[in-house]
Amino acid sequence: METVYLDNNATTRTAPEAVEVMLPYFSDLYGNPSSMHYFGGQVEKSVRSAREKVASLIGAEPGEIVFTSCGTESDNTAIFGTLESYPEKRHVVTTRVEHPAINHVAQVLTKRGYRVTQLPVDRSGGLDLKQLETAVTPDTAVVSVMWANNETGVVFPIEEIAGIVKEKGSVFHTDGVQAAGKIPLDMSRQKHIDLLSISGHKLHAPKGIGVLYVRKGTRLAPYIIGGHQERGRRGGTENVPYIIGLGRASELALERLDDENTRVSALRDKLEKGILAGIPNSLLNGQGQPRLPNTLNVSFEYIEGESILLMLSKLGICASSGSACTSGSLEPSHVLRAMGIPFTAAHGSIRFSLSYYNKEEEIDFVLQHLPGIVQKLRAISPFWDQYQRQAAVGG
Amino acid sequence: MWEYTEKVKKYFEEPVNVGVVEEADGVGEVGSLACGDALKLTFKLGPDGRIADAKFQTFGCASAIASSSALTEIIKGMTLEEASKVTNRDIAEYLGGLPKEKMHCSVMGMEALEAAIANYRGEEITKEQEGEIVCECFGITDREIERVIRENHLTTREEVTNYTKAGGGCESCHDKIQDILNRILAEEKGKPVEKKKEEAPRKKLTNLQKIKLIQETLDREIKPALQADGGDIELIDIEGNRVLVALRGTCSACSAAEVTLKGYVETKLREFVTEDLVVEEVK
Repeated sequence: METVYLDNNATTRTAPEAVEVMLPYFSDLYGNPSSMHYFGGQVEKSVRSAREKVASLIGAEPGEIVFTSCGTESDNTAIFGTLESYPEKRHVVTTRVEHPAINHVAQVLTKRGYRVTQLPVDRSGGLDLKQLETAVTPDTAVVSVMWANNETGVVFPIEEIAGIVKEKGSVFHTDGVQAAGKIPLDMSRQKHIDLLSISGHKLHAPKGIGVLYVRKGTRLAPYIIGGHQERGRRGGTENVPYIIGLGRASELALERLDDENTRVSALRDKLEKGILAGIPNSLLNGQGQPRLPNTLNVSFEYIEGESILLMLSKLGICASSGSACTSGSLEPSHVLRAMGIPFTAAHGSIRFSLSYYNKEEEIDFVLQHLPGIVQKLRAISPFWDQYQRQAAVGG
Repeated sequence: MWEYTEKVKKYFEEPVNVGVVEEADGVGEVGSLACGDALKLTFKLGPDGRIADAKFQTFGCASAIASSSALTEIIKGMTLEEASKVTNRDIAEYLGGLPKEKMHCSVMGMEALEAAIANYRGEEITKEQEGEIVCECFGITDREIERVIRENHLTTREEVTNYTKAGGGCESCHDKIQDILNRILAEEKGKPVEKKKEEAPRKKLTNLQKIKLIQETLDREIKPALQADGGDIELIDIEGNRVLVALRGTCSACSAAEVTLKGYVETKLREFVTEDLVVEEVK
């Protein structure tokens, strides 16, 4: 069975080119980049070069790149590090559709006595910028709004949002985990972004490496406290092989950005059109908003997501769902609920997320099998039966 | 990814008895689109009074579909008397077990069967008659919760959520669920503990072993739960099977202290140490 991997917003294949450059750092080149001898020094040079490559991907200066262990650490550092730097400020603004790395931090902050504003989104997943502007006050230490949503792919107007926030004098952080490598990010132009989180394994580097971009001049207390590494902004000996891998993956991501926004985006569109045209009662989530080129979130009414995923999985097709049953929680995705997607659709939502490695045949394969799966599950569903009978009477 | 048994996979991938029995004698519908799973069960009796045919329609995950299909297989050929004794555990066992977070799928099967039998007998079951709603998110009543706790010998709030979904949404009913649990645990304590057949008799403990085990159980199992609510417990002395403790913090002033002591502390100690322990409070 061939694997058709369409779950790239969950994680990606590590690029073979990245694996290749990492390998020597697991064996011969094991020096500590902080050491004074030539043996550590040569490793330090490679880390520096990787840092430059990561910086290039987002138009930053190498000195503004802080390596972390993952996107979640970057997000946590951004929030807690800023709050520590502005102890007199007791308010945080974020949105209801953030990743748990921000969302759950917001809950913890509420328990610790901070005031937290979680901005709502509309039916299509968009934010009301007027509301955002009103929410930010002189007491607001940090505003954190994700660049692109992991579930729906909806892209927020981050430049505009950052502008509003800076006008009001707060620190602005954006979780760019899903955006990096998929759409162009340029910190030399997008000057109002203070902090930006990136995760390696979402852009074909391995799991276990992340980045926090910290704009020069931003006050930020370290979250992991230890040695002088990362200019004192993140203690702990550098994860050298993974940093090298991320450097190479960033280089590739920059080279492939065009492909992502032309060929990959066309494949996504083909899948989207094929599903919406070929399967009755299928609805696009995030319609009308700018979306990532690789992401498609679609709901199939009257059936449940886990069932669809398992049927797809049996054919080797990997996707994910916002259904309650897939997560171990009993409620469907907080993102779809925040959007007000009706229950008929939220439980049956499926996310397909593509990457550079996907081929047209794979999309054809999905389009060939998905209608049958949906039909089979609907044949079991009491609500589909009911809907069909009502439709027959009505029309 | 869930670890489903081969049998669950089989009944999900190729479910049997899908559909609606024509001119059904009994129809049971439970769940809703909002809850994320729903089941419609229909059956027809044969001339001998046994269930001749049973079919289902299910909206839900793999284990909900498999549980429904298994249910129809279980009840075929049964008299209504026999069918009315089928429990969620029978369904789960038929499938070789379900992940604990998915036990509510088997409970849904049992409830649909009850509703279908009640429908045949001309009884109307409404949620109001079934008790008071405890969990607003999923519309679960106190009676449903109580019954599932008793039938499955549940002891924690998480288990109640896994089996009934109650408390799995906004979580605002967690205290109410805990109250129901405490009451039942305190009641059940009076009855002889039902022993599992395959359970080997416990080894007799020496005094030293017993004291050590009691202290360990207090530290590991009991203290964290009490401390989470601002309370605490201290072991004062052990005389034979009498465990003397003092409640501290919010527990010492709590009106439910007796319930906590008997329903929770004693139950846990009996579970982990030995069944003839009696917990007493020293003021």
